[in-house]
Amino acid sequence: MKKILMKGNEAIARSAILGGCEAFFGYPITPQNEIPEYLSKYLPEVGKVFVQAESEIASINMVYGAAAAGVRVMTSSSSPGIALMQEGISYLCGAELPCVIVNVMRGGPGLGGIQPSQSDYFQITRGGGNGDYRVLAYAPENLQETVDLMKEAFEIADYYRNPVMIAVDGLIGQMMESVSLDREVKKRVIPEKNWAASGGHTGKERRIVTSLFLDPEKLEEHNLRLAKKYKVMIADEQKYELSNAEEAEFIIVAYGTMARIVRSAIEILKDQGIKVGLLKPLTLWPYPKNAFSKLPKSLKGILVAELSLGQMLDDVKICNEGRFPLSFFGRVGGVLPEPEEIAEALLKFKMEVSR
Amino acid sequence: MKQIVYQKSKGLTDHQLSYCPGCTHGIVHKLVAEALEELNIIEKAIGIASVGCSVLSYNFFDCDMVQAAHGRACAVATGIKRSRPEAIVFSYQGDGDLASIGIGETIHAANRGENLTVIFINNAIYGMTGGQMAPTTLIGQKTTTSPFGRDLHLHGMPIKVSEIFSQIPRAVYVERVSVHNPRFLKNAKRAILKAFQNQIENKGFSLVEVLSTCPVNWGMTPIKALKWVEEEMIPYYPVKVFKDGEENE
Repeated sequence: MKKILMKGNEAIARSAILGGCEAFFGYPITPQNEIPEYLSKYLPEVGKVFVQAESEIASINMVYGAAAAGVRVMTSSSSPGIALMQEGISYLCGAELPCVIVNVMRGGPGLGGIQPSQSDYFQITRGGGNGDYRVLAYAPENLQETVDLMKEAFEIADYYRNPVMIAVDGLIGQMMESVSLDREVKKRVIPEKNWAASGGHTGKERRIVTSLFLDPEKLEEHNLRLAKKYKVMIADEQKYELSNAEEAEFIIVAYGTMARIVRSAIEILKDQGIKVGLLKPLTLWPYPKNAFSKLPKSLKGILVAELSLGQMLDDVKICNEGRFPLSFFGRVGGVLPEPEEIAEALLKFKMEVSR
Repeated sequence: MKQIVYQKSKGLTDHQLSYCPGCTHGIVHKLVAEALEELNIIEKAIGIASVGCSVLSYNFFDCDMVQAAHGRACAVATGIKRSRPEAIVFSYQGDGDLASIGIGETIHAANRGENLTVIFINNAIYGMTGGQMAPTTLIGQKTTTSPFGRDLHLHGMPIKVSEIFSQIPRAVYVERVSVHNPRFLKNAKRAILKAFQNQIENKGFSLVEVLSTCPVNWGMTPIKALKWVEEEMIPYYPVKVFKDGEENE
């Protein structure tokens, strides 16, 4: 398989075209600008739609329109821009419209900074929009995983008629790595979009895309139907990697760039004779709860490492159900830790649990 | 011999309208539906229902319909039209939706020259939420949030949407019409037809502002409301063609 050296954001954009993206609507924000820049050049080349919107609010609503009309559509942004899209994401979920949203995360709150961060875990998994809704969210660790997911995301979105978010941090977006863009991704059986308001339907055939249900019983019915779909996602879509777990004394839970740094920390600890495994959630929602039933009996504790002040930690607490002692390590603001810092945090945790 | 002299447009469904008695939304719906029928574009049309009284318009127009978030109709319409250029895409928006929360999306859609038809209902008030002040509320007009009347110094002047849009180079057609009597209504029909014809001919962004009544929230009888349009609204919101034809520089 041919490998090429590409900048993260550009590889994401290329992969989107290969995944069948028919339309992109977005607004500039650092550190994801190479995605729209690349697509502004190459989408029109293949006869597809690129529009630079006047805001993230407009972007996500253009996405809503294109999705309603039945085409494969995406947008990309970064944390503050994703904040502005929350209303639109709620509408997309309510009207059951598929789309892909790439979130190249940066530090917050407010304008924050432009360096890599994972401080939007709550925004991604809990959502900032109104109502009972869920967004499938993936947090790849390196560029290869990201480009593969980028292609598959359109399939998953169409399959569930739901937005799919790919959440990477600025490091993955900005870093150059060698990737293969021609890996096959899993195809799903996608029913014909016989719900899309694509024009050409009247009378009984008429198609209406809406998230409005004024009758409370009808709205409850709609909510319960959505919940059923989310349940299927929870059952079928949890993705994670559990490695070095056999006989492990400790497990470090980390995703994205942090997982990559943790791998080096685990090597350092191995040299010191401490057996540490990695649990890397690939799906942030649904959170890979299943992994926690596979943790070894030898375990003395779980360390959660994030580029936030402890957001995924909540989900680990929920899944751990009080079984193992927990500890947390986090760096924020765009500061990336050295593997040694994480190794040190684990050694300190080991001291605490053996006391 | 019996003869059909009037019947409901094929552009409308059999759904009962949700508008209050005397409100002119129903008349404007009829004009839009007739335009779709006469231009033979019902089967090609995709309408955008906005937030406000017309939120349920997706029940009334007999074509594919998409309900948009408050103010975002022209962004949603952009997404649809760019994806389905062969479709005839129109939005139907009130003054809270278009002139307040969604003026940004509307101006930028016009400025990009999106090939869309925008039907804009100006009734100088928020109807659906119960009669609050709109950006189009007239000076001195009492609403539930301007109980002492709109005050220039507190609330600014009522926004003249057509005048604003006529300044946008890529808006090709901007006209303000009224439906308060049959003569004006006939003229409104012509304007709405033209706004759709422009899209068929790929001319670009067309906006028709329709002065409309809200008897319930104005606290008037339907007849008095029609009179109020003529005597109070039209002097401030002149009924005329603001722009027609070529894009300006």
